[in-house]
Amino acid sequence: MSAALGKDLVGLEQLTADQIRLILDTAEPFKEVSERPIKKVPALRGKTIVNLFFEASTRTRISFEFAEKRLSADTVNVAASGSSVQKGETLVDTAKNLEAMRIDMVVIRHPSSGAAQFLGDRIRSNVVNAGDGKHEHPTQALLDLLTIRDRHGTIAGLKVCLVGDVLHSRVARSNIWGLLKLGAEVGVCGPDTLVPRAIEELGVCRFRRIEEAIEWAQVLNVLRLQLERMEMGFIPSLREYYRVFGVTLDRLEKAPRPLTIMHPGPMNRGVEIDSRVADGPHSVILAQVTNGVAVRMAVLYLLAGGRPELADAAKRVGGTIGGTE
Amino acid sequence: MSRPERTIILDARALSRALQRMAVEVLELAHRTEHLVLIGIQRRGVELAERIAKLIERDEGVIVPRGALDITLYRDDLETIGPKPVIGETRLPGDLDGKHVVIVDDVLYTGRTARAALDELADFGRPQRISLCVLVDRGGRELPIQPDIVGKQVKVNSGERVEVLVEELDGRDEVALVAAGAAP
Repeated sequence: MSAALGKDLVGLEQLTADQIRLILDTAEPFKEVSERPIKKVPALRGKTIVNLFFEASTRTRISFEFAEKRLSADTVNVAASGSSVQKGETLVDTAKNLEAMRIDMVVIRHPSSGAAQFLGDRIRSNVVNAGDGKHEHPTQALLDLLTIRDRHGTIAGLKVCLVGDVLHSRVARSNIWGLLKLGAEVGVCGPDTLVPRAIEELGVCRFRRIEEAIEWAQVLNVLRLQLERMEMGFIPSLREYYRVFGVTLDRLEKAPRPLTIMHPGPMNRGVEIDSRVADGPHSVILAQVTNGVAVRMAVLYLLAGGRPELADAAKRVGGTIGGTE
Repeated sequence: MSRPERTIILDARALSRALQRMAVEVLELAHRTEHLVLIGIQRRGVELAERIAKLIERDEGVIVPRGALDITLYRDDLETIGPKPVIGETRLPGDLDGKHVVIVDDVLYTGRTARAALDELADFGRPQRISLCVLVDRGGRELPIQPDIVGKQVKVNSGERVEVLVEELDGRDEVALVAAGAAP
């Protein structure tokens, strides 16, 4: 079976374990490209990519932009504010207009779940989901997987716990799919108001106390607590949240083993995570950011090549053996 | 004229002799070894560069820096062949400025790999000189590129494929001509 990705990357739910491994393996050599004196390869020369961001984002947008530029693609950034979107244009009309200018790919961030899929079904260009509502944020989960694999050598059998606002988190959803597909054991921990009911049905363990999660897990992926959740009544106060669910040094020191600490950013220090933990020796939070560029390069590269039937044919005639170039 | 499905061009001993001769030719080409760098093209070029470097080490008593280059991202045919499943490692031994770089590959065919390698090397520095050293030259060039050192020249029809096997990756040393449609 071909492990190629198809036209779009909407979420990890639709991918097979082989496809996820293909992306992670492809990301490996891209790490080195960012260490070169000239941080650029010509793989996507002549491709035009539009970054269509309907929601605020710094890290993800910049990470995609670096990935695109280091592959030599031409990029255009479109933000919702100050664009025709504000004048009432629909998502499809915006995309079709862009496509009429002959683009090759769209990277989309949108507040509505399903926006990336919706767009992918309606335009010819490749679509990469950079976060859609509460649905998925596949490249974030992929960079998390790559970082876990770097640190632990393997993902299968590893115990990974997602901590915090699982209910509103597309990062959590993508992580759960990816981790389960690669054979990790997945836990979730957070207040009842912020963890979906019956989440166990996805095949994850539910922890109600952070101390239990820390005792169980080898990796903690601490999710960002959106500060507006407090106003919406999901938690009583930030201070109380930190007291009950905060990932603190005191709690981690009681763990039977050192835990790898991850956070998708941006962090609320002193809310979901203790500064001493975020900056501590087991934190891989900045490694996640570095890996983000490599993973996004891999995704763009794999989608751009997107004619798997030809790749398969090339393999059948032995295109790679003996370098019969 | 029909050939059998698989014809051995070089067996292990012939391959070893060819490499021996190539190592001597690299030395003749370079005059001196202090600026010499051997860079193998992924995959099998890397192993061949390693072997040639070791032969030079043995005969001259000097260590020749070697590196590996994966040219996948510099290819001009991403659209048609699709992405290669896994890209190999690129690892260069320090600064290339002023060096004499010898590119080592297993098979020279269209010349497109060599073209890509030249482009990629240019992004790493400005070598004083770049030479091309290949185990098998099968003809069929599509670009004005010629090798400086050749292990074996073979006339190959377009449907046929040159298969290079090396001990480190394939368990044995052998170069064979494989007919079109034959199982790899």
